[in-house]
Amino acid sequence: MLSRMAGCLYWMARNMERAENTARLLDVSLQMSLLHASSQDDLLVPLDVTGSTADFLQRHHTPTPQAVLHYLALDGDNPGSIYNCMRSARENAHVVRVKITSEMWEQVNGTWLEMREWQRRGLDTRSASTFLEWVRERSHLFRGAGYGTMLRNDTFHFSRLGTFLERADNTARILNVKTKQISDNEPEAENILDYYQWAALLRSVSGFEAYRDIYRDSITPQRVAELLILRNDMPRSLRACFGEINKVLARIEGQAGRAARRRASEIQARLTYSSIEDIFADGLEQTLDSLIDDINLLGKLIHHSYLETA
Amino acid sequence: MHQITPLDHTHYDEMLAAGQEVRPSYQHFASWLNQATPDWLRNKQAEADTLFRRVGITFAVYGDESGAERLIPFDTIPRIISAAEWKTLEAGCIQRVTALNRFLHDIYHEQDILKAGIIPAEQILTNAGYQLAMQGIDLPRQVYAHIAGVDIIRHSDGGFYVLEDNLRTPSGVSYMLENRKMMMRLFPELFASHDITPVEHYPNMLLDTLRSVSPPEVDNPTVVVLTPGQYNSAYFEHAFLASQMGVELVEGQDLFVKNGHVYMRTTSGPQRVDVIYRRLDDAYLDPLAFNAGSMLGVPGLMSVYREGRVSVCNAVGTGVADDKSIYPYVPDMIRFYLGEEPILHNVPTWQLRKPDDLAYVLDHLPELVVKEVHGAGGYGMLVGPAATTEEIAAYRLRILEDPANFIAQPTLSLSTCPTFVEAGIAPRHIDLRPFVLSGKKVQLVAGGLTRVALREGSLVVNSSQGGGTKDTWILKEDITC
Repeated sequence: MLSRMAGCLYWMARNMERAENTARLLDVSLQMSLLHASSQDDLLVPLDVTGSTADFLQRHHTPTPQAVLHYLALDGDNPGSIYNCMRSARENAHVVRVKITSEMWEQVNGTWLEMREWQRRGLDTRSASTFLEWVRERSHLFRGAGYGTMLRNDTFHFSRLGTFLERADNTARILNVKTKQISDNEPEAENILDYYQWAALLRSVSGFEAYRDIYRDSITPQRVAELLILRNDMPRSLRACFGEINKVLARIEGQAGRAARRRASEIQARLTYSSIEDIFADGLEQTLDSLIDDINLLGKLIHHSYLETA
Repeated sequence: MHQITPLDHTHYDEMLAAGQEVRPSYQHFASWLNQATPDWLRNKQAEADTLFRRVGITFAVYGDESGAERLIPFDTIPRIISAAEWKTLEAGCIQRVTALNRFLHDIYHEQDILKAGIIPAEQILTNAGYQLAMQGIDLPRQVYAHIAGVDIIRHSDGGFYVLEDNLRTPSGVSYMLENRKMMMRLFPELFASHDITPVEHYPNMLLDTLRSVSPPEVDNPTVVVLTPGQYNSAYFEHAFLASQMGVELVEGQDLFVKNGHVYMRTTSGPQRVDVIYRRLDDAYLDPLAFNAGSMLGVPGLMSVYREGRVSVCNAVGTGVADDKSIYPYVPDMIRFYLGEEPILHNVPTWQLRKPDDLAYVLDHLPELVVKEVHGAGGYGMLVGPAATTEEIAAYRLRILEDPANFIAQPTLSLSTCPTFVEAGIAPRHIDLRPFVLSGKKVQLVAGGLTRVALREGSLVVNSSQGGGTKDTWILKEDITC
């Protein structure tokens, strides 16, 4: 397959997944900010996770719910906004339109047309949750249409690769930001605030019910970290994401991706054979920092091996 | 019963002869049309619009601020050509394109036609379409214009005339194919009652043609379609043809030159490319050889091409032969290279670089059509009878600035064909573009793109100027009555 085509499939899926992740984060942060309106910390979380705090503060000064919502959802000048992710997903899909199934194209195109309507109408904190739910639904539809209709060839593989690399990156980042935020809490307020913050984190990755099902116990940082890093049965955990990434990389035709395959296998081996006690002994923050670096490097190797071959 | 009034007797109508009599090739169709109710037809037309929109057969319009993609209107009433007429058209197109390819080979080699004094040398050598870089290069099978679109009209005398030859990157063939598919879907019963020559094998024929002109030492040539990208007005067609032929659709950035060959970047590493069907103008092909600012081309492509290690279709430098200032000489080319009389006639043309022609044209602007020598797509032309006094005065100034840049032709009475319009069925002007493929042999599928000027009285059929298209039926055998 042409490298450029593979790149478009990969970025189409990454952008759609990124839109969904931003919507999840935003939803939970807006709810949290209602819980204790005096603090701006919760509103800063989605900005921190998407790496756009500095840009936001430069343009808006104070993080009000309305300003953060607009910036992350609709702002055409923010390259990471949901609006721009969907635009980019649609542009990439347009290039590979003859490769993807018509159901998939119609889904991406339809999403974009509706997205423009949302942007035209604008959002306030009351309509936010309807919008954010819509984003999540469209992303589910996108993955479902692809999974249900695409031939299992490299077209499918590169699109899956984008989905899971983006998801792994998002899970690692959100866990990292929350870990830092929670460790900054005042000790005396610890228990009650911590509970809400970990619960919010779980909800943002659809992990609240999963946690209850698996642990049937109170929320502790260690278990949350275990669920989101090491559990293979949790679809947004790092280990589950890397399981998919490895499967997909092994199926891509040709030998160009050796370096990327090796790196992905190494990460997966570490996730498979680590215990949560090991991770806490090394320090959760340090482990997450190094995982984020690894994901970043893997992204570069994928680019180098497949998407920009010379 | 549909009331169809022919325009007047100064135009040839494809369906109705003088006195409302239906021409033989339309007999079956006319009786079918008579039993179809207007409402049913209207529904069918709406169905076609929906289907085209869903498939996304659109084109981008230059100069449209919104950058919107528009649908080319499709008309459900076919243009029918009899077997006998097609025989003439086919022979005429093959003859013409054969001569044009001989001419291109000649002017990039011995230039016999210039030595014989048939075309003034400065007309060729100073022509913007003439590429010095092609001088002395030998191309596989000596073919330059592998894909040619010949624009043909029918005059009020019933005869066919060639309006222009498109030898660079003619487009429209995807509409020919999609229109046929649509008609078979909407009106299967018509295909049962007519013996219509198929066109669906065009992509196959095109691929064979492209493979037949690959560099000679290559066994199993890799063919690609090179597009300027998704913002080009004909991007749909580029993607369509690539997928129909089962080859990659590449952009300039996908290709690179290394060790004297052209490669494409793929996920399993570089892959050699042997034939490039390019839908990109000469000027953008290679920033090292032509327009240095072009981001669309492939640096170093020309050097590989000149070495004969990659084929470019159509060849570089074909623009010199479809230039409107060279067009008047095509009948002479046919006589010179083939020793035959032209089967298809040219439209009489005034060349404004000639003082006598210039004087005549300036005196008769309101009745003539004036075109830029290098223009295409119906942009920048003057249709005298349809223009206002101010438009004519403004155009006169443009002509006087550089008369050699213009040609003029009489306002042709393009034939009409019944067409579905808001008020019912009415005659509208049409032309025809068959696509001629030259490789191992010169051939064409029996059909072409019929373009129709949808506005009443309009003679401009270009899609960018509000034209639509029709399916074109070539009957296998003529109906005798």
